[in-house]
Amino acid sequence: MSATLSAHLPALQVVLPLIAAPFCVILRKSAAAWFIALVFSWVSLGISIMLLEQVLTHGPISYLLGSWPAPWGIEYKVDKLSAFIMLIVTSIGSITMIFAPKSVNLEIPKDRVYLFYTMYLLTFAGLLGITITGDAFNLFVFLEISSLSSYVLISLGSERNALTAALRYLILGTVGATFYIIGVGLMYQMTGTLNIADLAERLPEVAETRTILVALGFVTVGIGLKLGLFPLHVWLPNAYAYAPSVVTAFLAATATKVAVYMLLRVYFTIFGTDIFAALPIDEFLLVLGLIAIVTMSGVAIYQNNAKRLLAYSSVAQVGYMVIGISMVTATGLTATILHLFNHAMIKGALFLALAAVFYRIKSVKIDDMAGLGKEMPYTMAAFVVGGFSLVGVPLTVGFISKWYLILGALEKGWWPVAALILFSSLLAVIYFWKVIEVAYFKPRPESADTVSDVPLSMLIPLWVLVGANIFFGTNSNLTVSTAMGAAKALIGGAP
Amino acid sequence: MMIDAFPPGVILVLGGLVLPFASTQIRYAIILLLPLYVLWSVWQIGDGIQLALPFLEYELAVVKGDALSRIFATVFAIMAFAGGLFALKQEQVAELAAAFVYAGSAIGVAFAGDLITVFIFWEIMALGSTMVIWAARTPESYKAAMRYLMIHLLGGVILMIGVIAHVADSGSITFQAMTPNSIGTWLILAGFLINAGAPPLTAWLPDAYPEGSFSGTVFLSAFTTKTAVYVLLRGFPGIEILIYIGVFMIFYGIIYALLENDMRRILSYSIINQVGFMITGIGIGTEMALNGAAAHAFTHIIYKALLLMSAGSVMFMTGGKRKCTDLGGLFQSMPITCICGIIGALAISSFPLTSGFISKSMIAQAAGDENLFFVWMCLAAASAGVFLHAGIKFPWFVFFQKDSGLRPKDPPWNMQAAMIFFAILCIGLGVAPGPLYDILPFSTNYVPYTVPHVVNQLQLLLFAGLSFFLALPLMKRTLTISLDWDWFYRKFGVWLVGFLTRGIVEMRRDVFAGLKGLVDRIISLAFSSHGPDGLFARTSAVGASVAVIVVMLMILVVAFYTNV
Repeated sequence: MSATLSAHLPALQVVLPLIAAPFCVILRKSAAAWFIALVFSWVSLGISIMLLEQVLTHGPISYLLGSWPAPWGIEYKVDKLSAFIMLIVTSIGSITMIFAPKSVNLEIPKDRVYLFYTMYLLTFAGLLGITITGDAFNLFVFLEISSLSSYVLISLGSERNALTAALRYLILGTVGATFYIIGVGLMYQMTGTLNIADLAERLPEVAETRTILVALGFVTVGIGLKLGLFPLHVWLPNAYAYAPSVVTAFLAATATKVAVYMLLRVYFTIFGTDIFAALPIDEFLLVLGLIAIVTMSGVAIYQNNAKRLLAYSSVAQVGYMVIGISMVTATGLTATILHLFNHAMIKGALFLALAAVFYRIKSVKIDDMAGLGKEMPYTMAAFVVGGFSLVGVPLTVGFISKWYLILGALEKGWWPVAALILFSSLLAVIYFWKVIEVAYFKPRPESADTVSDVPLSMLIPLWVLVGANIFFGTNSNLTVSTAMGAAKALIGGAP
Repeated sequence: MMIDAFPPGVILVLGGLVLPFASTQIRYAIILLLPLYVLWSVWQIGDGIQLALPFLEYELAVVKGDALSRIFATVFAIMAFAGGLFALKQEQVAELAAAFVYAGSAIGVAFAGDLITVFIFWEIMALGSTMVIWAARTPESYKAAMRYLMIHLLGGVILMIGVIAHVADSGSITFQAMTPNSIGTWLILAGFLINAGAPPLTAWLPDAYPEGSFSGTVFLSAFTTKTAVYVLLRGFPGIEILIYIGVFMIFYGIIYALLENDMRRILSYSIINQVGFMITGIGIGTEMALNGAAAHAFTHIIYKALLLMSAGSVMFMTGGKRKCTDLGGLFQSMPITCICGIIGALAISSFPLTSGFISKSMIAQAAGDENLFFVWMCLAAASAGVFLHAGIKFPWFVFFQKDSGLRPKDPPWNMQAAMIFFAILCIGLGVAPGPLYDILPFSTNYVPYTVPHVVNQLQLLLFAGLSFFLALPLMKRTLTISLDWDWFYRKFGVWLVGFLTRGIVEMRRDVFAGLKGLVDRIISLAFSSHGPDGLFARTSAVGASVAVIVVMLMILVVAFYTNV
């Protein structure tokens, strides 16, 4: 029994949350919907851990849906990279779900709360589907599932701006998905296959044709949009700022990570490292990444809404990941993959802390956070540690990412790049400091109500994420070795 | 993985983190007993790697003992104890907590066997010391701490690139003697020197330290610069450029201390001057010189803390008065503070029978042994200068000079006890230097008390003292810079020293003004493009966004076409 069940884990990983979603609609009760979302998130986390374990011990898993052999049927493929990404998505999902009920009940009208959990489960399933599938078209399907449901999630925000933010994301996100599918269509036209492994085999023959070049352009821009790659990020700040707090925490920590995963798959698994030698993609990514880390950190400094501030910071952080890719070395990719995980922990913790702040003072404007250091000590302390991690203070995960990114840059002899990366981390100090300064060094205005810290049901998940920042910052074995293995597999060296 | 010892520094860090949550009684117990326990555990660390932990792809030597590590860790632990005693009743518990984290990470650096561990503790130290400055809770301290933090984060960034580049070059993370022959090692050296207060980034020290609370500055004076001395001692012994950097710092410190009016700023400049002696010693690089640098760091921590405790007591009892011009005549009502201050002043002036004499003379001796005549001359001249600015100026203007009418009492018992303890150490080490010489990194049979040494030093001090009182009217003028500056220069316009110092002051002012203007320009430029309505932050129309998308696509496709 258990042997057969464990053989079907890859399918269950996607199917379970997908089936669970309609149940939330059927039940319509907030509490029941929450419970379903919670349980299935945790089950998925369990499956992720088991899959990662299997991959680490036995190597990549290939699962044929309905036993139709690839490339005719749809193949699910779990390797180190996808298992690692699924671990990120499910662990963030599980933790946010513990945190969610109080915050969601406050920010979303009661009669729509079940919709939130439904859409969350669909997004969750879609993200996992993108990560696990070995089929380029199936990937598009999951991309649309996760995107459409996340548009709804964002539009649930309490301010009216949430609607325009969601609409903007809808338009640009759809353009992105369309670009991706145009690219895949062009590739299909030239190779006659949609299976990723198959594509990888057949593409080299036609790699120099203009059709494939255009396809690569479309796919790059399409994924770049979902990624929030500068200057395609314009949907992101408002979407993050106006979405319900929990949604922001979940999406910021997972959605862009999955988009980076798509980019890695397309470049390294389908096209292979040769395209970097033939085409100026790496230069393109490097330049955009560098602009992103400097200008977006600069913009973040001037924000007055803490969620928007962190949103711009996320665009900057995506810049780091893209710079890692542009190195096209094992170290560079290790840095990128590590930062996927580390940044999820960092931003997850920071956005949850802001969700807790909003829960108490109904605002995340920096000016309104004056004096919170005294009134909400545990929440703000979590924010401080998360901020340290964002800046890259030693013993936090941020330091690990920074280390590998700099190492990668210096291995290539890119001194100015290394200097710019560290310079932008000083910019991070400044924008993160703006919040700290107000929270700790300004008194609470007389007119404001006194508030107390949030209940334990919010503090515990928040601090679990903060703890993860420290734990994986000091015990980096699992993350580093997995990321390194995944990077080497992508770059085509030893598995 | 190898665990033979728990890192002593981490014990202190953890103790510091517990402090804010402990009740008063337990807090006192931790503050007084924990540093002593740490001191004991420092001496339980044997030679070689005692604690190795895996991190990233490396094996960190978190605790690696040898004589050099132990002497620095010892004085750091002693300092934590005395500083804790002095600050026992400090109302800002956060300051003591931060100070323990700060001291603990300094001990952590002293035992770090690899560059990554050095860097980790280095950064924690920067955070801890910043918190110490903040704990003074004044607007000035807030701003000073911010500037301090930015400089140290910049130093951290430079150090980090250096470490990574060095590791990428050499493949080894071991912290051992290096020569600056690659970008990596140069950057490491630069990162270390920033913390030492070396030029060109010297100004952070006198800018930030005097803004600490009455007890905070005592902690600040001890750890950051001396940890930098330690890492330079281990990492870059005998690098010639350090001699010149050191000599520059010696005179920089003296000149500015002579011009200064704020008693704690005088003592801060004097830190730069004293660290200059140590760095010169490191640059000379013989066993004698390195011993001298280590010994001088040991004694300096104690007498500089003693001086700042005495200054802190004055501040504490007079309600925050810091300017020499506001003080004076306090010897009548604060006899113990006065005597301890004088002992500290004698020690910093290397008076025979004080701790300064037995350590600084080793560096001068090393310079003489190596026939570095110019250096030896500079050190001798500087010794006189130290006596002028710290040895006489500080106690004279604070405790004697005129009667300011203030009659503060001696501070509470714990502050007195801390001062007396350090005063005893200053005299004790001066009279019987044996125990200190025994724990130096290299074995030595150096004899400080020879007739030429003593006579030489006494002559120097005598003439320096004489010149101070002869030039007393002059010294007084410098105290009222804002009022009489112009008059002073019209009258003594040909006075060479005055001319030079004015030049330096003005030059610095110009450079600062220029830098500030530049920074302001950059910020306003950045605001116009990055501010809420700037190009990068505007919420543009969807149509415009799609246009951007199409342009990106075209750029890519054109770029691909032209490349194939």
